[in-house]
Amino acid sequence: MIATAIRVLTQLRRDPRTVALIVGVPCLLEFLLKEIFAGRPEVFQHVGAPLLGLFPFVSMFVVTSVTMLRERTSGTLERLMSLPLAKLDLLAGYALAFALAALVQAAAVSALAFGALGLHVGGPRVAVAALAVANATLGMALGLFVSAFARTEFQAVQFLPAVVFPQLLLSGLFVARGDMARWLRAISDALPLSYAYDALARVAGDGPYGGWFAADLAVTIGGALLALAAGAATLRRRTA
Amino acid sequence: MDSVVVRELQVIRGGRRVLEGISLGVAAGSVTGLLGPSGSGKTTLLRSVVGVQRVAAGSVAVLGLPAGSPALRSRVAYVTQAPSVYADLSVRENLRYFARILGAGPRDVDDVILRVFLGEFADRVVSRLSGGQRARVSLATALLGKPELLVLDEPTVGLDPVLRRELWTTFHTLAADGATLLVSSHVMDEADRCDRLVLLRDGAVLATGTPAELRARTCADALEDVFLRLVEAA
Repeated sequence: MIATAIRVLTQLRRDPRTVALIVGVPCLLEFLLKEIFAGRPEVFQHVGAPLLGLFPFVSMFVVTSVTMLRERTSGTLERLMSLPLAKLDLLAGYALAFALAALVQAAAVSALAFGALGLHVGGPRVAVAALAVANATLGMALGLFVSAFARTEFQAVQFLPAVVFPQLLLSGLFVARGDMARWLRAISDALPLSYAYDALARVAGDGPYGGWFAADLAVTIGGALLALAAGAATLRRRTA
Repeated sequence: MDSVVVRELQVIRGGRRVLEGISLGVAAGSVTGLLGPSGSGKTTLLRSVVGVQRVAAGSVAVLGLPAGSPALRSRVAYVTQAPSVYADLSVRENLRYFARILGAGPRDVDDVILRVFLGEFADRVVSRLSGGQRARVSLATALLGKPELLVLDEPTVGLDPVLRRELWTTFHTLAADGATLLVSSHVMDEADRCDRLVLLRDGAVLATGTPAELRARTCADALEDVFLRLVEAA
């Protein structure tokens, strides 16, 4: 597991442009969000924290789906599957590496948002960062799973609008989930990102966030584990 | 004693029968060449031996166990035709990763780098190596951890003749140390470097034996002619 994590992180380190994008883009978006709502600061206060917490989900989804697709097409996955490496070790190695990358990302964006941009959250800031890492793991697990259905990197990238955007739209970030039509609400209830958003919104708000926060976090992590299990099922030792 | 025993192996890929119930053995401690034109089923047979190929019927036993058994994963090494290493890592980083998985030490990494003559490129990123050099990185990973059976799919394609000869020497050194090697090639002039040969055509075994035996049987000298006569006789 550690071996795979070190390998994935070394690959990331060899690609400083991707690292710069992973860290830089959410900082830029957070800054833009603050500026476009300069006249209505309450909007930034409302969505600043959820954006901070949800962005790792998007980045890690893309990075993992492309990295994993490369493993599948370059033959390295087939080699790994012929070696004494448990599937769980491989997946856990990936999860560990991208959780660490998400931690760096969340730390940088938090420093900017809570510092220079003056974002305020009712709950502890560290809870926002923790959620960012949990969401990164969810995005990584989903990316790993969908990479099995892409043949080319073009297709893998197209899964971003296909798999990630609907979840973002239905998560409550744009329209409160209570205001959605019943059937949309039902779909929203079934998507893990909705709970990730709820947890972030609870931390961001001024009210008490105790019990439901833990439940939301548990559902988010459960979703990540479920997606990891589905991803594991796509790793085959024997193929046609 | 055979390291690999294939019995009535049938493989169907994409609705087409790639291997039509073939049987053969690979002698322990030998360098056995698997020769045949492209499309004859060489890669499918090698994949079946490694245990990554779904098979329709028949059996493959490797070192006394069914092919693909978990216990074989550290005893059998496989090199695919296309180099399967990480292009964005250096030679050494690639080998260190696979060595950690296999439980091999850092000295083993240095050793295999020298064995494939990549000493001066050890710290170069694989994407900046030539095709032949990449193939050797891929080969080096298979040498980690002292495997008992090495399955090599066209390991010498695209290499210059000097290097090719040196790699064949390496193969025989490994065999002398007790390993069994099953090496595929579509180049007939490599056949003479093997202890034993398996000739494959259209998913069936055309003939097996030492190069000398096959020559004697067909009264031909060049192995290319041996192959042609066997095809005509079949």
